[in-house]
Amino acid sequence: MSDSYLQLVNSVPAGRVAKALGLPLPVPLRRYQSGAPLIPGPVLVLGNGAGADTVAEVLLGWNQDVRRHAQPKERIGAVIAVLDSVTHPDALSAVMLELGQSIRQLARGARVVSVSRTVAGTVDPAEAAARRAVDGAVRSIARELRGGATANGIVLGDGVGIDTTSAVGALRFLLSGRSAFVNGQFISVTSDRGELPAVVAKPLAGKIAVVTGAARGIGAEIASVLRRDGAQIVVVDVPAAGEQLMKVANQTGATALQLDITRPEAAQRIIDHVRDRHGQLDILVHNAGITRDKLLANMDEAKWNQVIAVNLAAQLAINAELLESTVFSDIGKIVCLASTSGIAGNRGQSNYAASKAGVIGMVECTARVLDGGNRTINAVAPGFIETEMTARIPFGTREVARRLSSLQQGGLPVDVAETIAFLATDAAGGINGQVLRVCGQSLVGA
Amino acid sequence: MSEQAEGTRAAQPGSPIRSAVVIGGNRIPFARSGGAYAYSSNKDMLTAAIDGLVARFGLQGERVGQVAAGAVLKHSRDFNLTREAVLGSALAPDTPVYDLQQACATGLETVVGLANKIKLGQIESGIAGGVDSASDAPIAVSEGLRRVLLDLSRAKTTRQKLVAISRLRPADLAPDAPNTAEPRTGLSMGEHQAITTARWNISRTSQDELALASHHNLAAAYERDFFSDLITPHRGLTRDANLRADTSLEKLGSLKPVFGKNLTAEPTMTAGNSTPLTDGASTVLLGSEEYARSHNLPMLANVVDAEAAAVDFVHGAEGLLMAPVYAMPRLLQRNNLTFADFDFFEIHEAFAGTVLSALAAWEDEDFCRSQLGLDGALGSVDRNRLNVNGSSLAAGHPFAATGGRIVASLAKTLAEKGSGRGLISVCAAGGQGVVAILEAR
Repeated sequence: MSDSYLQLVNSVPAGRVAKALGLPLPVPLRRYQSGAPLIPGPVLVLGNGAGADTVAEVLLGWNQDVRRHAQPKERIGAVIAVLDSVTHPDALSAVMLELGQSIRQLARGARVVSVSRTVAGTVDPAEAAARRAVDGAVRSIARELRGGATANGIVLGDGVGIDTTSAVGALRFLLSGRSAFVNGQFISVTSDRGELPAVVAKPLAGKIAVVTGAARGIGAEIASVLRRDGAQIVVVDVPAAGEQLMKVANQTGATALQLDITRPEAAQRIIDHVRDRHGQLDILVHNAGITRDKLLANMDEAKWNQVIAVNLAAQLAINAELLESTVFSDIGKIVCLASTSGIAGNRGQSNYAASKAGVIGMVECTARVLDGGNRTINAVAPGFIETEMTARIPFGTREVARRLSSLQQGGLPVDVAETIAFLATDAAGGINGQVLRVCGQSLVGA
Repeated sequence: MSEQAEGTRAAQPGSPIRSAVVIGGNRIPFARSGGAYAYSSNKDMLTAAIDGLVARFGLQGERVGQVAAGAVLKHSRDFNLTREAVLGSALAPDTPVYDLQQACATGLETVVGLANKIKLGQIESGIAGGVDSASDAPIAVSEGLRRVLLDLSRAKTTRQKLVAISRLRPADLAPDAPNTAEPRTGLSMGEHQAITTARWNISRTSQDELALASHHNLAAAYERDFFSDLITPHRGLTRDANLRADTSLEKLGSLKPVFGKNLTAEPTMTAGNSTPLTDGASTVLLGSEEYARSHNLPMLANVVDAEAAAVDFVHGAEGLLMAPVYAMPRLLQRNNLTFADFDFFEIHEAFAGTVLSALAAWEDEDFCRSQLGLDGALGSVDRNRLNVNGSSLAAGHPFAATGGRIVASLAKTLAEKGSGRGLISVCAAGGQGVVAILEAR
């Protein structure tokens, strides 16, 4: 489903009319393109501590044009506000106000990224206040930015350095086109685990990944992005979707596994397939999901049970067997599809929201179990994404849903896939138990 | 890995030949003629079946040693059918190919041919297959019109052209549609089988029971997910359209006979115990053990041996579809095996009467002595081991695609059991037949 309003207001005459009327002015987002620059212009690094120097060094290592102060009238590609050492809210104003002065100079598709520390890591109320204040400021900046620019934050755990692998990995992800539809979000780095890729353009080289529900929509896009990043894929979907699954497999050089994940032998079939064909499993993406929308008053047993079985119970069953299996790599990554419906609830989706909230509960709990090892589990919660499923929403509702985000548009399946691909990299090894929203900073569940 | 790099183990003269293994298979669900694939060509269906195989085993862009496939009802433009299908598939375009035609034994013969090449070390991997469309059948112009058109193309002067056209008669304008009649007898396959069915006194009930078992076995196989790695849906069809899971002896018994109505014996063959005209395609991936191991691919079963036979049905010496009966003892003797050595029997159900006539013949001492040259009856086939996952009466029978369906299903059945042997028997038009042995690994 193409967003015709977005296309319309990006033509000159219609754009003028829309601006005069105060209508939303969404712009095409800066998405990842192989070979394109990481950032569309110089990077401004704000902050006074050692952390800011470290970030500047990391950026210089990526051959970026780093500024400590903005030049007048210069287009800026990204601003990084390094606030990892603030101890009192008073210390925020200098950095925030300088950031404010740079906002009018931001290029299209620019990125604002804050780096701060977790509130949980301090017993000093003033320090906690300062750390938490960063969240509020960044979420507000995300709402103020225009031109497809986004604002997100990296939250460092207790004792986690700013140059730790996953902090650096998260910084690169948030600055890049891969995070186009991630807005107003915070990525918590809780350990120094993980490893940066040998080849930046192929962060998943040599990895074996299973993607469920891969025959169409977001699942097919996940397979495509994981393949692009170097992984060897196994695509899974129900036998009835086999024809589309075959096409996805042949486009991504994958092997197709026709399997209903709710069958009791599903986990074993997946384990056997990856063991026999590929030797091991590095990445499992639990993408398969269905909707059977009904108001709860009209809900029947089949509709409730099917949704729970596919969206949640199957993931639980497969994870239980996989985490016991030696086929699953010691540094294996599980990424689950949650949904903003699971965070905010949605009328007519009590079953779906229950399943997706359940996924979040499962991820948070499993992450605690995995803590201390090198395996991780995380979730991605998409907001309004342009898919066959959302194309069936009535016109008016769909238009409103699109404009509810700060980016004033729906995301694309590739936006969800990019975030999943990031969480599947070894560079994200220090990120565990997160639920990262890919929603353009939607008001839903915010 | 390239075919060349692996092709290092060609059998030397005097050295033992190596194994050819069935790695897996893929087919599209079979549709009844005029159904889901009414507007699909043989090339479309064969391409889809190959692409599904490629997806299942991750063969994208790979140069397979050779692809062999064929169709029975074939347009003249499809002279290079398999090559065209491969070029339209996800396989490497430099994959060599040959077309083969042996009526309903086409599919099985492609398996035998490629397996032999693998055993001899000529190729490391191969895809065998077959396809047929009764919906998209070729229609030819009449013989009279064809001659006029050819003369016309050769005519140089206006006078010669007019002479050629003047020979055209109204009757020549009627098209020549294909049918299943034998050219030398004019009898349809069903009418031929009706003679054989009557000759062996096969009852209506026993034929209906065989058809019922075929439907029930196929339905049960679907129920236990047996086909999830053997079939890829096509054009919205996810299961064999001919399957009637809820059929019963009462329903089958209510059908009127369609063949053998001019014979003295009571007619017994109905639409329920005969295969319908069907559209579909199937493929089988074969390889050497080295190929399978180096590609981390499964090895389901070995292709052990095969034997073809033909009978003189023209002069009435034998029934049209009885050739496998003659091939069987030759194959068993060569391999020092009897029916008791087999765990599964796949006897293609062209008609229920075909299967039951063959079983009766093998059990008949006089017949086995006089016709097969044996000391006594060849033996009985344990009916519990016969077509355990359904056969053509339930699945349908797209002529050249049946062999691939049987080989892939039997190989998987043997792999599930983990031991034992399977015996395949396929009859074919022209009084031909092929039988083959698979063995579990």
